[in-house]
Amino acid sequence: MKNKLSLIILFIFLSFCFIVFYKGLNNSNTYTPKIMNKKNIPIFKAKDFNSNTYTTSEKVFEQNSYYIVNIWASWCIPCRKEHSLLMELSKNQSVKLIGLNYRDNLKNAKKFINELGNPYSQILIDNNGTLSVEFGAYGVPETYLIDKNKKIIEKFVGPINHEIVKKIKAIVK
Amino acid sequence: MKTLKILLIIFLFIGFAELKSDEKNDNLKNKILKNIRCLICQGQSVYDSESDFALSIKLIVDNKINEGSSEDQIYRFLREKYGNWIIYEPELNKNTYILWLSPLLIFLLGGAMMYKKVSIK
Repeated sequence: MKNKLSLIILFIFLSFCFIVFYKGLNNSNTYTPKIMNKKNIPIFKAKDFNSNTYTTSEKVFEQNSYYIVNIWASWCIPCRKEHSLLMELSKNQSVKLIGLNYRDNLKNAKKFINELGNPYSQILIDNNGTLSVEFGAYGVPETYLIDKNKKIIEKFVGPINHEIVKKIKAIVK
Repeated sequence: MKTLKILLIIFLFIGFAELKSDEKNDNLKNKILKNIRCLICQGQSVYDSESDFALSIKLIVDNKINEGSSEDQIYRFLREKYGNWIIYEPELNKNTYILWLSPLLIFLLGGAMMYKKVSIK
């Protein structure tokens, strides 16, 4: 009787281990932070890309409009890939694009914009990456959609694609 | 001459106190950075990583310590931005009860079993 009970306990324990490891095998081992929906935009002070003067988050997001914050850099290859889609989005009157130039060389960044076009209504400089951390970013490119209540409602990690553009257009129309 | 000596002692004392405070801040900074997971080089702590993300986090932690934020406040800030996973040591909540309590339960169960065996003998 005692042996039988030990066997049952051992069986349950081994089954538990098997399930845990089996589930673990199917899980992705790369962690992507959860999309922090409906979070307030961070309060910050940053340098403007063109004027090189300081501006604040209140000034940047002062209009009653949807905003897209796109984190980009001239050295980032996927940023080049998504740029045409950002140009397309910039034609939409219901949304304003704000660029966050991440850990970049100003000269190269200006060359990038001159070469591919400027989809942004304003570009902010994030020399040390701390502003991007305030948004919850951990790489480039990343794109955030901000609603009229100044809350982050969508976060897209990696380059945006046609489906994402369609989704954004559906939200802001 | 005497005044000069007193002034020198005061300056040395201030300098030493500042050095002590810097050392304390450095220790706290290293402790926090070792407990933060790098999201780019997953498996490495921010302390060990040299990725752009890690460098930004190092700067943020440094700034927050200098602003007077506590260790808990810094963890809370990072959790809010990136979720619980960014901290190596998970906090006690409804999702981590089993994780935190299972060693204690196993210890108690083992103790009870040993006690029973000893009592029988």
